Amino acid sequence: MARRENPEINAGSMADIAFLLLIFFLVTTTMNVDSGVSKKLSEKPPADYVPPVIKEKNIFEVNINRNNELLVEGERMEIKDIKDAAVKFIDNGGGIGKPGEDGSPGKACDYCQGERSDSSSDHPNKAIISVQSDRGTGYGTYIEVQNELLRAYSELRNRLSKQRYGITFDELEESFKDAKKSSEGLNQVDALRKKVEAIKTAYPQIISDAEPTS
Amino acid sequence: MSKFRKKKKGIPAVNTAALPDIVFMLLFFFMVTTTMRETNLVIENPRLPSATEIKKLEDKSLVSTIYVGKSKDPNRDGVGYNKIQLNDKISTAEQVPAFIFSKRDKLAEAMHPFMTTSIKADKESNVGTIIDIRLKLRDVNALKINYSSTAPAN
Repeated sequence: MARRENPEINAGSMADIAFLLLIFFLVTTTMNVDSGVSKKLSEKPPADYVPPVIKEKNIFEVNINRNNELLVEGERMEIKDIKDAAVKFIDNGGGIGKPGEDGSPGKACDYCQGERSDSSSDHPNKAIISVQSDRGTGYGTYIEVQNELLRAYSELRNRLSKQRYGITFDELEESFKDAKKSSEGLNQVDALRKKVEAIKTAYPQIISDAEPTS
Repeated sequence: MSKFRKKKKGIPAVNTAALPDIVFMLLFFFMVTTTMRETNLVIENPRLPSATEIKKLEDKSLVSTIYVGKSKDPNRDGVGYNKIQLNDKISTAEQVPAFIFSKRDKLAEAMHPFMTTSIKADKESNVGTIIDIRLKLRDVNALKINYSSTAPAN
């Protein structure tokens, strides 16, 4: 008797079904990765809140007008220069910082490399950057300015981290995240967290948004 | 005529058994890398500003998105880049608290502080609109926000 060949299963329609599913997923899903400039808003102040008096020299004033022009500390400036101006202001270290939470007196900034001028900020933890924009200011410009200010902070943080721990702050945060995830990194988590916190308190990001002009 | 003469064969069919495998592979790739579209944009796809200091939004279920930009249907919604879209329709800043509350209802109380509002606004929008939204968000204690931006092209 002749050997009968195994009949092949017809898989042609399987491809059709798979294509159908594939096209469905192509149409109904998106691939974009959401990323952006993160900010934390301040809480709503109570009705009887009196804002603390802040010395003029500890405020770095940035004004953006409706024509997207910048006025920084009373002078016209281009967006590309604002980062260096902010670095200079934050890193000035001309006086003593805020008193500690336990009531210990404030210390001078021993890691700052600024000019220590009397007319600029006392300490990075006292330095406030205030951004005031007009209601008509373009959103693109606003984000650009915010981004430049954040760049100023990350430049300072990276520098300090490199000086203290030999790696940049970005790398430090990255290794902190990795240690949290992996099981063998657990014993390092606390040490890394301390380092990250130390850098963050050395250069806290204090960027406030003033009420807009209209 | 012999009884056992070989039957004349035509051209054999091309074996397509591997085709479904390839398509399935593609399908799984798309299933894994993409997320479901949640809203229909009624504004034109916003051209996001670009920034270098950006952070990725980690947990999609904790993110509520507010779009700001130009309406696709200017006859109905009016012209200008300052239209706010919440949940598939053009809204005003006054409706932002209700929008946040409806998102909060779906999540456990403990997760509320971790909720993030992502603002996807067009470059041409005005800061005034963003500030209106921000004030409303502050009223309802939705304090974490993310200004959606793209990484620079280079």
